[in-house]
Amino acid sequence: MKQKNIIKNCLLLVFSMASGVSLAGTPSASMLADTCAGCHGTNGISNGPATPTIAGISNDYFIEVMEQFKAAEIPSTIMSRIAKGYTEDEIKLMARHFSGMKFKRKPQQFDSKKAALGKKLHKKYCEKCHEDGGRKSDDDAGILAGQWAAYLQNTLQDYTSGDREMQKKMKKKVDSLQKDHGNDGLDALINFYASQQ
Amino acid sequence: MSKLNRRNFLSLTSGALAATSLGFPMLSLAGTKRVVIVGGGIGGATAAKYIRMADSSINVTLIEPNKNYYTCFMSNEVLGGGRDLDSIKFGYAGLKKHGVDVVHDLVTGIDPVARKVSIKSGSSMSYDACIVSPGVDFRWEAIEGHSEAVIDKVPHAWKAGPQTAILKKQIMAMRDGGTVAIVAPPNPFRCPPGPYERASQIAWYLKNHKPKSKIIILDNKPKFSKMGLFTAGWEKYYGFNSSNSMIEWVSGDAGGKVASLDVAKMSLSTDAADFKADVINIIPAQKAGKIAFTAGLVNEGGWCPVNQRTFESSNHKDIYVIGDSSVAAPLPKSGYSANSEAKVCAAAIVAKLNGKDSPEPSLVNTCYSIIMPDDAISVAMVYRMGKDGKIMKIEGSGGLTPADSSAAMRKREVGYAHSWFNNITDDIFG
Repeated sequence: MKQKNIIKNCLLLVFSMASGVSLAGTPSASMLADTCAGCHGTNGISNGPATPTIAGISNDYFIEVMEQFKAAEIPSTIMSRIAKGYTEDEIKLMARHFSGMKFKRKPQQFDSKKAALGKKLHKKYCEKCHEDGGRKSDDDAGILAGQWAAYLQNTLQDYTSGDREMQKKMKKKVDSLQKDHGNDGLDALINFYASQQ
Repeated sequence: MSKLNRRNFLSLTSGALAATSLGFPMLSLAGTKRVVIVGGGIGGATAAKYIRMADSSINVTLIEPNKNYYTCFMSNEVLGGGRDLDSIKFGYAGLKKHGVDVVHDLVTGIDPVARKVSIKSGSSMSYDACIVSPGVDFRWEAIEGHSEAVIDKVPHAWKAGPQTAILKKQIMAMRDGGTVAIVAPPNPFRCPPGPYERASQIAWYLKNHKPKSKIIILDNKPKFSKMGLFTAGWEKYYGFNSSNSMIEWVSGDAGGKVASLDVAKMSLSTDAADFKADVINIIPAQKAGKIAFTAGLVNEGGWCPVNQRTFESSNHKDIYVIGDSSVAAPLPKSGYSANSEAKVCAAAIVAKLNGKDSPEPSLVNTCYSIIMPDDAISVAMVYRMGKDGKIMKIEGSGGLTPADSSAAMRKREVGYAHSWFNNITDDIFG
């Protein structure tokens, strides 16, 4: 390795280790994240009814979705236009910022009968990846428990209509859930997630 | 366990002082930094909260004459019947919880040399940094016969609250078959798509309650914000461009420039013709809020030039101007812009008071307009600093709702518009 490269790598290491230090020209994580608050709530905790809470989001999932918005690979209204304004590094900074915050559940309306069915369906079809009733955000799982119902509904609609691609495992489960329980099954799931407050 | 740290020391001394020195409440300890904020609208309230969230050792005083703030955004939905006035009313209890000292008074002057703000009740406050966020003031003189004295009869409703209520009452009292005239202001002005969203919302109300009525927009300009999306929406819902259109738009070139108002006759005159109307809503030409003039913060155009990295005034050191009054172009004069500018300004002030360099800014604008209850459109943009020290749009980002977006996506935008409202108002006042 050339000496120049060693110095460069050492410098990079120092920069990445010292929290709060950003390379010249790149805004800090909080500066970037604060621009999201107008739509997603202060510190990423949304007051609803349709914009999702992004506090506590999985780091990998945030990056994946932002890159997909940027490439217009998933349906969106405004997010595709917004995501195009950020570099890959900036998206990583925001991902780390929001994944480090705490998801806070806010009260919202739900149908308790549907929620009870949803609980069973979740256990059967979803729990394996969306652990702890959809509360966990491990790996690339989105937090479902306590997420805003209108957002869950929009997203599930995009998945089931084929406008948004599902991972193989997820597609298999969602397909069989729909086959066994139809759209009422999906509705029950949404009510279950909304019921966790 | 008798370690005396700063917090203990403060609570001990303040306790002792409270007991012995009543009538001396403004006592400040040496070394405490103080920021005075003039105006408790979107910019001022956001800055107050974000300074306190970033550094709670900074003493923040916000001076605002009104006990409540009515947001200009979503006030058009009040006119359309989609929400009531109370839903756009916000108080200052949330800011007080963040430790902001809220003073309901009027700032009469700012001395940039002595670094003091004087208030109507007589006292003055010194500052390390002063943020001025007074919103807009109106150029009444732009239309002959128009003045602040007539606003109960000819409301502007461009600062929400009682004015919104007056305009709504007039529209509700109007006969079916009447005409509502909206006079749109010349650029630049607060909320560029606002007059056209207003026309849409009033049209929605009239379509459902007084379908023989008309709206005429008399405009100084040859074009307007989100024009293609608005006119397509008007065609879809309100017969625009047909012989039976509910909305008519007269551009400046086509005789839409209003020269005078006759309140007694309820008529408006342009170069081309006279227009009689049952309800007249003049949204006046605009300039920076009054205190910006008093404090010498404006340029020849009547707006406040700033260092766009920090929002510090180009005219006076340690005074910062944010929101509609500042020259922040390419950012538009919008609520989201004011909220975003306030955060950049707050971060710059916190850095400065802690002996650090101002941070690299990042800004966003997002603005929704609701054409009818199931159809909203939006415009967005991401901004950062250019190498010339000016705010620039990030190429390839932002833009309008696509013209070919589906009805389902337009309906989603309504949900996101309402979420935007809930979240931005909580971000500002919560």
